[in-house]
Formats: sequence, C-alpha cells, structure tokens
Amino acid sequence: MEDRVQLNRQLAQMLKGGVIMDVTTPEQAKIAEAAGACAVMALERIPADIRAAGGVSRMSDPAMIKGIQAAVSIPVMAKCRIGHFAEAQILEAIEIDYIDESEVLSPADDTYHIDKRRFRVPFVCGARDLGEALRRIAEGATMIRTKGEPGTGDVIQAVRHMRQMQREIHRIQSLGAEELPEAAKQLQSPLDLVQFVHDNGRLPVVNFAAGGVATPADAALMMQLGAEGVFVGSGIFKSGDPEKRARAIVRAVTHFDQPDELARLSEGLGEAMVGINEQEIQLLMAQRGI
Amino acid sequence: MRIAVLSLQGAFEEHRQMLLRLGADPFFVRETADWKGRVDGLVLPGGESTAMVCQAQEGGLWQLLQERIAAGLPVFGTCAGMILLDRTHLNVMDIQARRNAYGRQLGSFRTVAPMKGLGEIPMTFIRAPYVEDYGDGVEVLAECGGRVVAVRQRNMLATAFHPELDGDPSVHRYFLQLASGRE
Repeated sequence: MEDRVQLNRQLAQMLKGGVIMDVTTPEQAKIAEAAGACAVMALERIPADIRAAGGVSRMSDPAMIKGIQAAVSIPVMAKCRIGHFAEAQILEAIEIDYIDESEVLSPADDTYHIDKRRFRVPFVCGARDLGEALRRIAEGATMIRTKGEPGTGDVIQAVRHMRQMQREIHRIQSLGAEELPEAAKQLQSPLDLVQFVHDNGRLPVVNFAAGGVATPADAALMMQLGAEGVFVGSGIFKSGDPEKRARAIVRAVTHFDQPDELARLSEGLGEAMVGINEQEIQLLMAQRGI
Repeated sequence: MRIAVLSLQGAFEEHRQMLLRLGADPFFVRETADWKGRVDGLVLPGGESTAMVCQAQEGGLWQLLQERIAAGLPVFGTCAGMILLDRTHLNVMDIQARRNAYGRQLGSFRTVAPMKGLGEIPMTFIRAPYVEDYGDGVEVLAECGGRVVAVRQRNMLATAFHPELDGDPSVHRYFLQLASGRE
C-alpha cells in the first residue's frame, strides 16, 4: 500500500480511545485540549446551530481554522462539503491534519464524493452501514465514523448505524469464500475490501462514533457497541458546564466498561444540551451522500 | 514477562499484539487499581500526550508511574510515550522532546534507518517528536536526518517512531531484553 494511505490510517490509530470535539473558537479549542481531547474539529458553527440557522452550510473561513491550529498542539480537523474537492484543496493548503467530508454541511455534489486518493492529507467520512463505509474507503477515506444525526443530542441514529455496521461485519465473516463476490455486489463495494472484512472481522480503518453524543453514558454506550473513539459535536459547548462535561466524556471513553466510574463521572454535570428527538426534525443529514 | 501497557488513549492494542507475539504477558493499566502482581516492565504508547497526561493525573496514576520508573522499573515509550518520559513530563529520563517536531500530518513519513545493535529497521513517524536535548547518561541509539529519534538511559528506552506499527518486532525484543537485564 502506498505510504501516504498507510500513514493516514496510522494517524487515526493514534486517535483511538479518544474524543474529538467540535470547537468554534481558539478558547474552546484550548478548553478541549486541557480536558484531554485527542483532536478538535474546527468549524464556524456547530451542527445544532447549522440546523437552527438553515441555509447553505459551507467550509469554515481558513483564517478561523488557522487561529485554532495556532492555539493547540493536538491534531486539528475541519469539514468540507461532500464532493467539494476545491474546499478540500484549500484545507490541504493550510495543512489541516484531517478533513471530514461531511454530511453536516450542504452537499456540493449529489453523485460523486471527493476522490480522496488524489490528496496527501487524510479524510474521515460518515457511514450508516458497511457498504457506505467500504465505498468511502475505496475512494480513499482513512478513517470512518457513524453518521448519527448531528446537532440533535439524540444518540439513536448513531446506535442504529453502529449496530448495522457490526451486524454486517459479522455476516460477512460468516460467509464462505465463494459467497464474497455476490456480497460485494450487494454492498456495492470492492471485493478486496469485503475480503479484508471477512478475514479480519473489522474495517480496514479506524471506526469512530459520531452524531448525537451528549453525555458520558452516550459515549460509553457507543464504545460498548464497538466504536474505537467518539466525536462530540454540539454536546459539549451547548451544555451548561462545557469544561466539566468535556473531561467527563473523555474519561468515559477510557473507562467505558466500568459502571462505577461512569456513575461518578455522570454526577453534577449541569444542563445537558436540550436536544431534539429524531421525529421532530425536518432535515435528516444522514441521508446525504450515501 | 508481565508488561504493563498504559491504556488511557492511543495505540495501546498494537503494543499488546507485538508483546504477545514475542511471548510476553502484557496487561492494560488505566488506573492504579490495575497495577497488581509482578510487573517486569512498562510501555507508554503513541497517541496524544496531552490526552494521556490529563487522565493520568487523576487518581494518582501519574505519581505511581513516576515512582515505579524512578525505582528502576524498565520502561519503553514510543512517540507520545517518549514525550511523557522527558524532563517536562514524568521527568524520569534526562531528555527533552520537541513535540510535533516534523510539523503537522503532512510532515509524517516512513523510512528505513539504522538503530544501534539492530541494523536497519523500518521507522514510522506520525506527527512525531524528536529529542532536542539530552544529558550525559543518555545513549543515542538512532538518528534520522540529523535528529535524535531513539535513546536509552539505563533500562529506559524511548523512540520517536512507532515500532508497534511496522510488523518488525526487533525494537520490542530489544526492550524485553533490557527489561530482563540481559542487555
């Protein structure tokens, strides 16, 4: 495998067991870093506000992203629109550590995702099931996250997507070698990637949970369902005490299987983000770019 | 040999796999209660050093690690693990690591270079540090592009690169020899 793809997959390995937090200012980025975030996602508006504001949502101002890069020593990620390779080129030019080709922003192309193999900088993409994940990996994504339903504070979709992915991985593992080409056809994914899943029982890249994670318990739930780390978007800086909640979620990801510790972490966190139930929302971002 | 692997955040599973492959008996440490029985060595993995420090400082784990290493426990740190061992963190090795010394992810690279006693080995640098200053008791084991990337001080070993990612067990084997007092 080409060195760059390998190096980019390996950076994701270094993020495992960690929390990636959405931040909109250098001050928030510093709070996230001090709380133990393994990376930050720099964006002008967090998903809950994007949802509230409506309209077309685009890549953030590079000056704003550079301000966050200057404020912290941990990796800085940023989002571009699905299919918007020019936004990705701009993010690569400012040496972003990871690009999130994200359904949270308005898609720029309703047919094609970015050909991520043409970039040296790594990409993370959202997926609701195994087929989506493998298609993104074939396009060059070196990290996958569940789509969940961003900006809602409702974890149900992240759970659905993670369970779906695990279920399909187990099914592929149970197939005979002669059944794999048909499985690849059904998943609309390359056979070599399906073969990898069959042989190893996992994706060939790191898989995080994202979308609707708002509490330490949410984070622990996703880790127990098989996530290797967690993205928290609106959940932290839309809550009453971001600093304390950020620390608690970081610790919950490390101690995800220890209920005593989780109980301690969940105490006195103040107001969680209010949230919206999935039935109450008009726009399902997870259906963008499949 | 029972080897503790700090498992707060990062690529700790990769170290466990490599140690298992060499016949060692690795176990994960997330809190002081995990530190039980005989411990022959400690591995500090790659990941984000700020994330690890932040968590280790709760519940006394930081002090435990500091005391055990100072008392002579063999230790091996890779990348973020090297940073944890330096003067400004656990302060057990007489080295100063420079964080993100090669820049951001676009500066990450893979190469093959010689390491003392091991010959040419693969080296993977991911947003890596290097050693920018070291004291008299520190032996330089590898340099890359004129930068110090592997060091040893008594039974303490630190590499700026990630031997746990390259499938080559020679650095881990070297550490196990160090830990058993045979090196």
